[in-house]
Amino acid sequence: MAKVLVVTSGKGGVGKTTSTAALGAALAQAGGKVVVVDFDVGLRNLDLIMGAERRVVFDLINVTQGVAKLQQALIRDKRLENLWLLPASQTRDKDALTDDGVRRVIADLRTKFDWVICDSPAGIERGAMLAMRYADEAVIVTNPEVSSVRDSDRIIGMLDSKTVKAEKGEQVKKHVLITRYDSSRAARGEMLSIDDILEILATPLLGIIPESQDVLRASNVGAPVTLSNAASAPARAYTDAARRLMGESIAMSVPTERVSFMNRLLGRRAA
Amino acid sequence: MEARAESKRQVLRFRGRSYVAFVFSPVVPIAGWLEEIDVTLARSPGFFVGKPIVLDLSGVDLSQAAIAHLVASLAERGIRVLGIEGASPELITPAMPPLLTGGRVCTVEQSEPADQPPPKSVEMPQPKSLLLETPVRSGQSIVFADGDVTVLGSVGSGAEIVAGGSIHIYGTLRGRAMAGVNGNSAARIYCQKIEAELLAIDGYYRTAEDINESLRHRPIQAWLDGNIMKISPLN
Repeated sequence: MAKVLVVTSGKGGVGKTTSTAALGAALAQAGGKVVVVDFDVGLRNLDLIMGAERRVVFDLINVTQGVAKLQQALIRDKRLENLWLLPASQTRDKDALTDDGVRRVIADLRTKFDWVICDSPAGIERGAMLAMRYADEAVIVTNPEVSSVRDSDRIIGMLDSKTVKAEKGEQVKKHVLITRYDSSRAARGEMLSIDDILEILATPLLGIIPESQDVLRASNVGAPVTLSNAASAPARAYTDAARRLMGESIAMSVPTERVSFMNRLLGRRAA
Repeated sequence: MEARAESKRQVLRFRGRSYVAFVFSPVVPIAGWLEEIDVTLARSPGFFVGKPIVLDLSGVDLSQAAIAHLVASLAERGIRVLGIEGASPELITPAMPPLLTGGRVCTVEQSEPADQPPPKSVEMPQPKSLLLETPVRSGQSIVFADGDVTVLGSVGSGAEIVAGGSIHIYGTLRGRAMAGVNGNSAARIYCQKIEAELLAIDGYYRTAEDINESLRHRPIQAWLDGNIMKISPLN
């Protein structure tokens, strides 16, 4: 059974595209057949992060409008043979996306892949709404700061009301992924704590991705962080998150070198 | 002593209020219809005293003079007309009651004179409350003008609850809560943990800045004491 997963956040710059690429690659490494779909029409980035920007011929809009076949627009990753990219159009805007077109493309992708990962644009407008519209599950990417958390709360409300699943009276399964988590700043109380975030969002935690230079380095070389440096802290955190998405239960931790802090985090404060 | 004029800040408050009005729908001949009114008045003289009366003229085709005569005839019987409905605007002179639109039908419980025994099976009015079992997320607005709202989860920052009655929140209130919006000054707000952006009861409000810091993160209730909103901890 194919799963359609939307990676969303409301706020921009929190790490949706990075997380889409990293989770997609990790799921593909684990053996699933994965396609990552860029919904950020007009401001596409996923092709860069995936290192496929020089191979884009057709895009999502071409497929929804029937100009190109899905097979023509899909780009296979050079490193993982079961990882594919469906890029967005850079020359159009979100108005070029139609509900009917997206429905057809998602239905088509469901027949060909195990995981369809939709990289949502920021905001709550048409692009973001259509990216989540046909999702079975959602990863809500949140930074440990108040504006990001409030925007995530808003997006969760929309996942519960504006998706096809919600309209049928079902629930989109939601996961919170905390990114850019800086353990030393959190220890000094300069960031929202994990407990605070989870209390506000009342949604299960998928993983905690530490703030790291490795993420920037990976995007500069055009590789998902889980492929460019699999041993790095963020890569291990993403790999754990991907395994949790597959249904494995793995103890939650912030992969970091500082063991003392990890212990402190694991031995969570009693709220 | 310094003589200084105290400049008092005027606070302008608008509040909606609805009344049940009796609607008269005259039929031709008007003289015969007025006789029917007289019969009703003879039976219970005080029946229309202090009641808002609206004239619905959609069923009859009257001239301007005839409308004026009808209003005057009713005035003679001690019936003051609040407004006119269903007549074309050019027929209404400034001396007449204003033209009304947008009326909705509602049932009126009439207290008949004692010769009719009251019906035995009195229907209990449905308790009017709204229960929300999921958290209210940022950007959501829950409006329930008919009564109380109870939320089992939290109310997120940027979310709002608007209730005609009281508001009960069993999680953290981070957004706005507006109780008693239809002029119910007895409405209260209760929450398990207050981090609210705004509390309002019957148009009187307090923003987060005006809520005492010592109350934050605690369970509280808020109510109106005259014109002042009081907030007190529940523990």
